[in-house]
Amino acid sequence: MFHIYCPYCEELREEEEFHPKGQAHIARPVDPEACSDEEWGDYLFFRDNPRGIHHELWVHAVGCRKFFNITRNTVSYEILETYRMGEQPRFTAGHPEGKPAEQVAAEAEAVSRQEGVKA
Amino acid sequence: MSDPVATTAFDTRPDTSVPTESPLAWSYHETGCPGVSQKSRVVLRERAMLGHLILRGGAIALDEALREVLGLALPARPGGLNHDSEGVRSIQWLSPDEWLVIVPGGEAFALEQRLRNALGGAHYAIVDVSGGQTLIELEGEAARELLMKSTPYDVHPANFPVGKGVTTVFAKATAIVRRPTEDRWELVVRRSFADYCYRWLLDAGEEYGVGVEA
Ligand SMILES: [Zn+2]
Repeated sequence: MFHIYCPYCEELREEEEFHPKGQAHIARPVDPEACSDEEWGDYLFFRDNPRGIHHELWVHAVGCRKFFNITRNTVSYEILETYRMGEQPRFTAGHPEGKPAEQVAAEAEAVSRQEGVKA
Repeated sequence: MSDPVATTAFDTRPDTSVPTESPLAWSYHETGCPGVSQKSRVVLRERAMLGHLILRGGAIALDEALREVLGLALPARPGGLNHDSEGVRSIQWLSPDEWLVIVPGGEAFALEQRLRNALGGAHYAIVDVSGGQTLIELEGEAARELLMKSTPYDVHPANFPVGKGVTTVFAKATAIVRRPTEDRWELVVRRSFADYCYRWLLDAGEEYGVGVEA
């Protein structure tokens, strides 16, 4: 039994309220018709399996029922952060100690202009 | 052009002379109701046939409509639970775009229509879920202990003040746990889980001499 912080409920909740939903930040091809079979197959079926930092999609299934992201270390199982849909991680393979807050904010701004993602 | 209210809302119980049964009617009959005695440290009662509405949409539009129609503010913070001055109508935060309104039985359809009129062209959804769930009250000095046996959520007063409500795991099922007053707790359970939860509560409450006000 351990606790996971839900970024929507804004508190730590029991693990059994959550379900993992696989790799996060997978963008659907803008024009599926233009994809090769390989590109479409990659999008549908192929996932990363890194040793170390991994970004995952989780859902607060018995709670607010919102999807959100978790950055997790697949070696230590440590959860480094949880963040809302449309937000960008602070901890990445390139920045295992965490990016500065200003950089995260600037990147999130750029992404939101690109994707128009809203929670 | 047709009236948008008439096409999107319907009264789930237009004829109140048709008898209805609460989700626990069968449980009372089948499992029975232990009586309330001097030794009862927790008392269970069902608030059957209340009106339950799910509101979805933007907080600002819903808040304005709710203040106008019900005189209640939308809880903006996660876990928020607001009651009207009489303590019989409530609104609870369920998720960032979803709230649960509970009103006395028979009020839900009129309330839904008034909310729809107040919301006009806003982007929203209202669903009457009165038939799908029921509310169970727990009262007494052992109520919190009974909850501690049933849910992994921390119900200590430091974490669970009056005016809070959460959707969480309850006895391996799902329930909304709310604390409307200092010594009263509420469970909102699905109709299909109601009998199971009732029997769980009687079993878990046996050591506290649980009594049922049916
Ligand atoms: Zn949540």
